[in-house]
Amino acid sequence: MEKYRILPHTADGKFRAFGATLEEAFAHAALALASLMWNWGEIAPAESIEIEVRGRDREQILYKFLEEVIVAFEIRRFLLGSVEGLTIDEEAGALRLRAVFRGDSLRPGTELLGVVKAVTYHEMKIENGCCGWAVQAVVDM
Amino acid sequence: MELKRIDEITWEIPREGKMRVPARIYASHKLLKSVQADQTLIQARNVACLPGIERMSYVMPDAHQGYGFPIGGVAAFDPDEGIISPGGVGYDIACGVRLLRTDYALEDVAARRTELLAGIFAEVPAGVGRSGLTRLSSGGLREVLVKGAEWAVENGYGTAEDLRMTEEQGRMSEADGADVSARALERGVPQLGTLGSGNHFLEIQKVDRIFEPAAAKAFGFTGEGQVLVMIHCGSRGLGHQVASDYIQAMEDACGIEGLPDRELVHAPFRSPLGRSYYRAMCGAANYAFANRQMIAHRVRGVFEKVLGGAGGMCQVYDVCHNVAKLETHDVGGRGRSLCVHRKGATRSFGPGRREIPEAYRAVGQPVIIPGSMGTASYLLAGTAEAEALSFGSTAHGAGRVMSRHEAARRFRGEGIREDLAGRGIELRATNWKGVAEEAAEAYKDVDEVVRVSHQAGLGRIVARVVPIGVMKG
Repeated sequence: MEKYRILPHTADGKFRAFGATLEEAFAHAALALASLMWNWGEIAPAESIEIEVRGRDREQILYKFLEEVIVAFEIRRFLLGSVEGLTIDEEAGALRLRAVFRGDSLRPGTELLGVVKAVTYHEMKIENGCCGWAVQAVVDM
Repeated sequence: MELKRIDEITWEIPREGKMRVPARIYASHKLLKSVQADQTLIQARNVACLPGIERMSYVMPDAHQGYGFPIGGVAAFDPDEGIISPGGVGYDIACGVRLLRTDYALEDVAARRTELLAGIFAEVPAGVGRSGLTRLSSGGLREVLVKGAEWAVENGYGTAEDLRMTEEQGRMSEADGADVSARALERGVPQLGTLGSGNHFLEIQKVDRIFEPAAAKAFGFTGEGQVLVMIHCGSRGLGHQVASDYIQAMEDACGIEGLPDRELVHAPFRSPLGRSYYRAMCGAANYAFANRQMIAHRVRGVFEKVLGGAGGMCQVYDVCHNVAKLETHDVGGRGRSLCVHRKGATRSFGPGRREIPEAYRAVGQPVIIPGSMGTASYLLAGTAEAEALSFGSTAHGAGRVMSRHEAARRFRGEGIREDLAGRGIELRATNWKGVAEEAAEAYKDVDEVVRVSHQAGLGRIVARVVPIGVMKG
């Protein structure tokens, strides 16, 4: 199954990520976002970061989860290579997402393709269809 | 959607449904076509539905669709009845443009241009992952958020004269670092004094043509061929995080039910959360002012080193195009304090406003409109008319018409460099894909944008400037 597709958008980055489950689609969305900045397939799994976000609904946890990729890069210079063990559950009336980012620190010579500055809700969609889940987001570049 | 023609370049979406006020668009037929092709007009109509909006929801000539609010949108809200919205300011809080002038003519610098550009490239960090000019603690950064460009001057970056020629003297007084999250501070620490990437750039320019000699003289323009420096950047990751933090906080506190678009989330201006966002946004604006102050100081140093003197490099002005501010405007015949949101729109105050530096008060505020990378930029003067037409606002640039993806597919960065070289413009960049994404063809025609701005009375064209050297993050 295709993990994600980058879509045209006038000012920014737009993608649609797919998964058999909502969790898989979320994990692929993080890779789609990373693909706008570096080749995630070439990043060694040298370090891990535990991620936990809470939100009022699926859209808000997707927003916060994707933001973690940007923040890990800007603050820790961490390049995401894969997402492991992503779970979404409900706790005290709110949604909670947990996952582990595997990747490596930015090293001299690593090719960077661009910068994503922020996640947005613009044209955000989280859909469940016959073939599984699809999540769509537009990010500010 | 009904679009009523007011005159050749003025259009209106009449009030209907949940709209509290009409929406007004300033555009030629050609520019109108591009705003009709995306969601700009729907977004302008959505803004017209927000609580406390006064007069109209305005759309500037360079508008294109944004998130929630259109880019090139201006909306003013009553502070007692109305709202403040992070989406009405944008993610890159206080993104703006600083213009510096020198006494050098083109022939004085032409032979040293490559050296100047190389020096600037070495002294001003740009692109992805480059560290800033200084590394403060989070506590140290809070001081920057409170003092803005004044902090930079106190720490040896530039002069008090620079502050006099900066909007708000480079310091929005209501800023409070306590309203900025630890995460935003962490993102801001390594990036202070960096140009960034995307559409941000630094150019060595020359005056190409002067249209209004008296105003040009007041702004320190001596004639065609005069060498200038233009810096376009903003509040970097810190501003983005402030926007994101408060969008989420407002969702949780105020709810999203009934919003036509989730990015229109807002809080009452006078509510604790509204006030907190305003203070945090002022802090991010101060970060942006300090950032441009530090970069300008570095550029001045490079000119001194390469040319043996900075050539009397003075600041013409520094003005934001993504900000919300409390300003006094005439509504229904009386002056009222309003919270004016400008997202991708530049303040364009006419003669006499006390907010303008004294040296410019007789001619109006300098309005700096950058073109896309490698194309012309403009210096305009604000007008009294603009205050009635758009709460004293005009365009902020060319505005995109083609996606980054499409531009990267169609153009090659190296090809653009050769093309610019053929036109006498030298380009240095950190990332060729980024250059391709910023190809001039991906933007509207800036000449058309400022022509409409002038014709509509939003700002008078004073001078056209063109690049001779471009640094791209």
